[in-house]
Amino acid sequence: MIRLTHINRVFQVGDQQVHALKDINMDITNGEYLSIMGPSGSGKSTLLNILGLLDNPNSGEYELEGEVVTNLSDEQQAAIRSTQIGFVFQFFHLLPRLTAEENIALPMMLAGISAKERHQRTRKILQTLGLTGRAHHKPEQLSGGQRQRVAIGRATIMQPRVLLADEPTGNLDRHSGQDVVDILESLNQEGITLIVVTHDPELGERAPRKIKFVDGVITVDTGTQQ
Amino acid sequence: MTMKFTDTLGFSLSAITRHPLRAGLMLLAISIGVASIIILTGLGEGARRYVTAEFSSLGTNLLIVIPGKTETSGGMMNIFSGETPRDLTLDDAHSLKQHAQVKRIAPVVIGTAYVSWQQLSRETAIMGSNAELLALRNWKMARGRFLPPADSTRAAAICVIGTKIRKELFKNENPIGKKIRIGDRQFRVIGVLGSEGRSIGIDVEDIVIIPTASALSLFNSPSLFRILVEARSRDTLNKVEQHIIQTIKARHQNEEDITVISQDAVLGTFDQIFKTLTLTVSGIAAISLTVAGLLIMNIMLVTVSQRTAEIGLLKAIGASRLQIQSLFLIEAVLLTSFGALLGIALGFSGNYLIHHFVPALDNTAPLWSVLAAFVLSVATGLLFGAMPARRAARLNPIQALAHR
Repeated sequence: MIRLTHINRVFQVGDQQVHALKDINMDITNGEYLSIMGPSGSGKSTLLNILGLLDNPNSGEYELEGEVVTNLSDEQQAAIRSTQIGFVFQFFHLLPRLTAEENIALPMMLAGISAKERHQRTRKILQTLGLTGRAHHKPEQLSGGQRQRVAIGRATIMQPRVLLADEPTGNLDRHSGQDVVDILESLNQEGITLIVVTHDPELGERAPRKIKFVDGVITVDTGTQQ
Repeated sequence: MTMKFTDTLGFSLSAITRHPLRAGLMLLAISIGVASIIILTGLGEGARRYVTAEFSSLGTNLLIVIPGKTETSGGMMNIFSGETPRDLTLDDAHSLKQHAQVKRIAPVVIGTAYVSWQQLSRETAIMGSNAELLALRNWKMARGRFLPPADSTRAAAICVIGTKIRKELFKNENPIGKKIRIGDRQFRVIGVLGSEGRSIGIDVEDIVIIPTASALSLFNSPSLFRILVEARSRDTLNKVEQHIIQTIKARHQNEEDITVISQDAVLGTFDQIFKTLTLTVSGIAAISLTVAGLLIMNIMLVTVSQRTAEIGLLKAIGASRLQIQSLFLIEAVLLTSFGALLGIALGFSGNYLIHHFVPALDNTAPLWSVLAAFVLSVATGLLFGAMPARRAARLNPIQALAHR
């Protein structure tokens, strides 16, 4: 359960104040699948960053699973990012010096999980993602679609409740983009809350709940259509 | 949320090895600093050991009596006050023997003269002394015997020669019993000195020793160069020194015109001087570590700005600021530690090489300098890694992730 109340985010750009988010109120229930669309600079990425605890609002409250997380310490927010939130980025952001398996295991390593357990858990997930044969490949040896699948593995290895995807297909060809969307949607069917930010209308239309942003304000929220 | 230590090490190591040239340069900078500390302290210590050994070889519990009073007011005073140091005579030396705590006394006369045998001749140092000199200076005989314990006022025509003189004058012939010419007199060779003894200012291989009285008459002077006095024990050294000063003063019309140097005091002074020197020199070497530290800071800053995307990602997947900071700090410390190890190896090889070319110098670096160099380089890593690490930790993850 995610609840945003009166969220405001203001950036100082030069001597101008940019109001990226204006009094946003929003509820997202567990297991929902929603897309956030809107032109560049509409505030959709800012919202994603706040939802992912990479950024804090200037005012307003963010409640995650019944806990107000807006004013937690850096350590506490890091712990929530580690266990409850998964990120998928347009440019994958894999560490080039690590293998596919190591990249997937990275969140577990940061969390202090033993190498043995890491290995067991990554093997399972590599199998589900169809990457078993690629476990020891470096990112540069993988195709775009494979890279994004590794990134999804990394985002879900800690079994988070929420998966935040920022243009997940934006850097992929049509075919591998479809693969990635399929994986994300099947994860959603297993119960994960999936929030996709995109420019791509085709991708945006797939989500049951569609939110449109313009100038920091929600202009359309279709709500969940049962 | 703490990473396992081995994972932290592995992660930092993988980051370091990704840029071998960069890492190599940093290692080199640190290792040069560490190596120079080890080599310079090794040299300083070597010099200290050398000088200490030289003084120790003079013999133990030794007092040296020199004519003339060294005064802090300056040498000119003697001229104005009309005081002139009297000569130290053989009688002065004998007068000192009365004290119960005096074990040995050796008067010393030094000069140079031509020494010749058959057609061969060379100029060398001539030392006049008595039988006690051998034990007093810890010298050994290679062949024959030393001056006999006879009345030292008797100018016996006998001599003991160094090995170099023996080689040059006698080649392979046995010198014992041969008569050599020193200046205008004949002396019979009764022994050859061993070459293992070494003493400040005296090369035992290149010397001829004759009885004191013979030397005084050879050089036609009543004056001794100095008197060596050995006390029975270290504790009585002060008492003996007072005794010497009082006795000579009484003999010299109540004028204190001698200087008594204790070997311990000289040794202590030199020891102190060399320790200070070593510290100073290694302190200067330590400055080069600071320079290496600046290089590390510079390169770490470049690293941080090149790895903004990585830092952003680490934050996104659950790393706290503290974790990011420690990751980068450990990277810097790892680099400096490896650099230090390399530097220690380099320093020891350098010392070995120097020792190879100057065998007389025992320039093994003391343990403290090795430890200090290591600790210092780790501290350098911490100090100069702190700023880049803090910068990394404070990076805005959103901007960091916007980097491709």
